[in-house]
Amino acid sequence: MIALIALWGILVREGLRFLGQRERMISALLRPMLWLVVFASGFRAALGVAITPPYDTYITYEVYILPGLIGMVQLFNGMQTSLSMVYDRETGSMRVLLTSPLPRWWLLACKLIAGALVSLVQVYVFLLAAFAFGVEVPPLGYVAAAPVLLLTGLMLGAAGLFLSSAIRQLENFAGVMNFVIFPAFFLSSALYPLWKIAESSPLLARLAQFNPFTHAVEAIRFALYLDAAPLSLAWVVGSLAVFSGLAVWGYDPSRGFLARRVIE
Amino acid sequence: MTAALELHDLGYRYRSGFALDGISLAAQAGRFTVLLGPNGAGKSTLVNLVTRLYSPGSGSVRIGGHALADRPGQALARLGVVFQQSTLDLDLTVGQNLRYAAALHGIGGRRAEAALAQAFTRFGLTDSRNRPARSLSGGNRRKLELARALLHQPAVLVCDEATVGLDLSSRRMLLTHLRQLCRDEGLAVLWATHLMDEVTPDDPVVLLQSGRIRAAAPASVLMARTGGADMEAAFQSLLAGERP
Repeated sequence: MIALIALWGILVREGLRFLGQRERMISALLRPMLWLVVFASGFRAALGVAITPPYDTYITYEVYILPGLIGMVQLFNGMQTSLSMVYDRETGSMRVLLTSPLPRWWLLACKLIAGALVSLVQVYVFLLAAFAFGVEVPPLGYVAAAPVLLLTGLMLGAAGLFLSSAIRQLENFAGVMNFVIFPAFFLSSALYPLWKIAESSPLLARLAQFNPFTHAVEAIRFALYLDAAPLSLAWVVGSLAVFSGLAVWGYDPSRGFLARRVIE
Repeated sequence: MTAALELHDLGYRYRSGFALDGISLAAQAGRFTVLLGPNGAGKSTLVNLVTRLYSPGSGSVRIGGHALADRPGQALARLGVVFQQSTLDLDLTVGQNLRYAAALHGIGGRRAEAALAQAFTRFGLTDSRNRPARSLSGGNRRKLELARALLHQPAVLVCDEATVGLDLSSRRMLLTHLRQLCRDEGLAVLWATHLMDEVTPDDPVVLLQSGRIRAAAPASVLMARTGGADMEAAFQSLLAGERP
């Protein structure tokens, strides 16, 4: 019961913070919309997408990159979780969290769940905007994708939590953009199918296959079309376990890794 | 009598070389125990060990009879903390800050509302309950931190330089209030400070210097032992290494 009250408290706090940051919602929506409306329109003629599962017909490029852009929304939100944890550490409010009587792993899980729910809200607002621009998926796909989106949101949030335990200062967050977000996004199937990447560089295609973000995108893509991608789902679950484990390890006071940062 | 807070042979070493070594002390219920030491003595490190932000290299911490290492949940549930650096979420209102802290201690619903109402009244924050913490004065922010630390009715309150940045009247108000809580409600306070004017003759004092305890006794006893004209002279004498 105590754990659930704490979970609720953390959900409310993160929700209030999210609602208080209008710019965060606007940028979360604007960024993928620019890719969808400007980038995808420009590349529509240049990139033909053959019939590949889960699609059973030819699709426009906008339809192809929609799951990738959903992944982008969640990727940025996951990194926002990281940013928010580093901010909490610098402003001292993380001490309130870490000195509460609940197990640290549970507190991190609460932060993770809160972040995933926020990303879910962002994704559905983006899907609504995409729908308004004529980019849509099967109606039931919007519902079927929800659990998968929660899972991918958790996985990317866990990656953010782990990063936050390793980032020393808020200023270092720019490095996350360059060394985490961009490589994860571009080295994935978000913008092009893997077979298309393999045509020009088998090595890059191979690397993309080992990118958890690729599998998050593919899991979302298949779910939106009421299909399942077991291998990608397994990758997402496995990555969630690894990143969560690393985050708990990173926030373990006995390592002193976090502790030194808490007081700096 | 079992102490509300007990540290036994506590040690911690930084990579830089500074170490807290062999710290043993006890804070009794209903007493205002002062952890006195100059800047850099190790007071904040000690607070970080007591609050489990650091894990000790040696020794043990017991809070309300529970070993922090073995039963951290039970131990931390009996501990309230005010850190030197503000730990408020400045974007949230006064009420939201308190509700968040209550939830982290498993206090929700009507219990939380009752605890909040008591905190607002006790610390004169009723009119500020819907104001963002950012808009509060330094003194009121400290009041809010104190209200938050006491929200779950801890047995022990640890304050690390809690009056830093406050004017004289705010400092006095805070200290008077805490001493009253000690007397009336049996709260054990461990008050880390470098300000000697915050010590009264009856206070048990633990004098910390360079990571080690130099002396531990009621302030009046320490004064008598050193023969200092006043408390400041007595402590300066102890810090300078004159053995009592």
